[in-house]
Amino acid sequence: MNATITLWHQVCSDLAENRCVFIALWAEHHADGAVVHLALRPPSTGDVQVLDLTSTDRHFPSIARHHPAASLMERALCDMHGLIADGSPDPRPWLDYSAPYPFKPVDGHGIHQIPVGPVHAGIIEPGHFRFSVNGETIIRLEARLGYTHKGTLGLMRGRPIADAAKLAGRISGDSTLAYSFAFARAVEQALFITAPPRAAALRAIMAELERLANHFGDIGAICNDGGFPLMNMLSGALRERVLRLAATCFGHRLMMDRIIPGGVTTDLTAEHAQQILATLTLLLNQWARLFELYEKTASLQDRVVSAGWLDPVIAQRLGCGGYVGRASGQDFDARRDAPYPPYDTLALTIPTLKASDVDARLRLRMTEIQQSAALIRTLLATLPTGAIHTPVPDCATTDVGHALVEGFRGDIFAHVRVHNGQIADVMLRDPSWFFWPALEAAIEGNIVADFPLCNKSFNPSYSGCDL
Amino acid sequence: MRRTLIENLFRGKLTEPVRPASDADIATLVSTLTRTARQRLGRSLAIRALDAGSCNGCELEMIALANPYYDLERFGLKFVASPRHADVLMITGPLTRAMHDALRLTDEAMPAPKFVVAVGDCACSGGLFANSPACIGAAEQVIKVDLRIPGCPPDPMTLLQALIGFANTLGRSG
Repeated sequence: MNATITLWHQVCSDLAENRCVFIALWAEHHADGAVVHLALRPPSTGDVQVLDLTSTDRHFPSIARHHPAASLMERALCDMHGLIADGSPDPRPWLDYSAPYPFKPVDGHGIHQIPVGPVHAGIIEPGHFRFSVNGETIIRLEARLGYTHKGTLGLMRGRPIADAAKLAGRISGDSTLAYSFAFARAVEQALFITAPPRAAALRAIMAELERLANHFGDIGAICNDGGFPLMNMLSGALRERVLRLAATCFGHRLMMDRIIPGGVTTDLTAEHAQQILATLTLLLNQWARLFELYEKTASLQDRVVSAGWLDPVIAQRLGCGGYVGRASGQDFDARRDAPYPPYDTLALTIPTLKASDVDARLRLRMTEIQQSAALIRTLLATLPTGAIHTPVPDCATTDVGHALVEGFRGDIFAHVRVHNGQIADVMLRDPSWFFWPALEAAIEGNIVADFPLCNKSFNPSYSGCDL
Repeated sequence: MRRTLIENLFRGKLTEPVRPASDADIATLVSTLTRTARQRLGRSLAIRALDAGSCNGCELEMIALANPYYDLERFGLKFVASPRHADVLMITGPLTRAMHDALRLTDEAMPAPKFVVAVGDCACSGGLFANSPACIGAAEQVIKVDLRIPGCPPDPMTLLQALIGFANTLGRSG
């Protein structure tokens, strides 16, 4: 809906006082200036509302001034569209690499800086971390991202829906399925179509497989960063089993491009459904043993318990979703709170924890593994028959759609405006936008050697935010 | 822990044999290399991964190379933490403009003889991002590429076959 400046300011104070949750901020060019879009929702539902503020002089009132969670997105949009956020608390560039970048100063006796990246020691995405430390203790961390900025949203605009869907699946490779899911749902809403029931069920089976694969892989990697590679090897083997299962059943290990607007590309045979059930039993049996190993290894517990504590107040202020938010007491999961098919017919109990440390984020994901396996079993037992795709109509009209889909990291927001079968405007927002500032806050007071462990427990996506 | 370790001992290994890529495949994968370079390296390669803007899909499959099913180190292939220790620079992603300097500096830090492997459609050709103003595109636009492994992303077995084939070609004198 079109917003006046008065409404815009009203919404800013609602955000500042936690009366609504910030989802995304983006902009698009118009002949007579620019339109800034702000998406938000009430605290416990997925009832998304989008405000559109027209700016004729390239200025708009800063959201970040009232709500820090919007800061990175606001800086990115100013760089991309040449806009100015009036009253911004942090007007530094974000994606513009043409000028030197002034990191925030840290003063005090004995404080020095450690610059790390953009090229890191492992097989990781590129980004720069600036640590200000006193001895071993981190006083401040600043992440400088944008190194994987590919102009993905710009490439999607003006392209046919099918081409744009492929790009949506490459916003963040580890969540490719969830992004395709979110994009497809947004397009379907804009075009007033729905995927057939069988397609909806297959989407969720794939989404839960993606969650399983990532949880297995990351839990192993977190333990590896805690100096316990045995867990990484055994857990990595379970991840491999899930990816091979995905390749067998759906034709691609990461299930890229398997969800398209209108439905899914690949049907599941009865034989493959049996194979999924058999593999799940095997995975869960082995998983129970690994959980025991995790809990009984004192040297590992010593590393993960109390490390990287995220203040639940900060988690709430930033609107952190996923395992980061839920391990800090935030009770939101798009599958339950913004229900979409087939989750709207399933009973979901969403686990939350209060401990807020590396251990809590890891245990939360362990619980989600069991839950995902149970969901897949239910979905397979009730798998509807019928078509797996609804034709996408050629519409000459212009329509808008949006969706919230729970990826393995948290809720992914997709917004599209479709015009003549092409994408006129699009925004895809990763949960990591709020994980990065949360990580900067949580790492304060930890030692430098615990950074990889803490970072991996958040596991924010670089590509998902750089866009 | 004892129970898990003992079980692992008796379960046998998960690691699988790798079917060698055909000579024709290798010939198409490998470009001309000097004889001296081949002899110096033998069949072992230290690899430095550089993400030049990927979606992280290629990274996931490269990380999988270390899992017990593929176990790349049994072939003398090893990911190293510094470009100074590396023989091979493995590039993923459509080379974003923001990563251009980092790629140049990483390349400069590597001692010769050194080789460049482009992994994934993005690094091989720019992939879906070839026309992006924020990307330079194929890695070979700014650096000489010795081996291309296409795919979106290439699966670990494809990566392993290509790297073993490459290392073997280097190891052959002539």
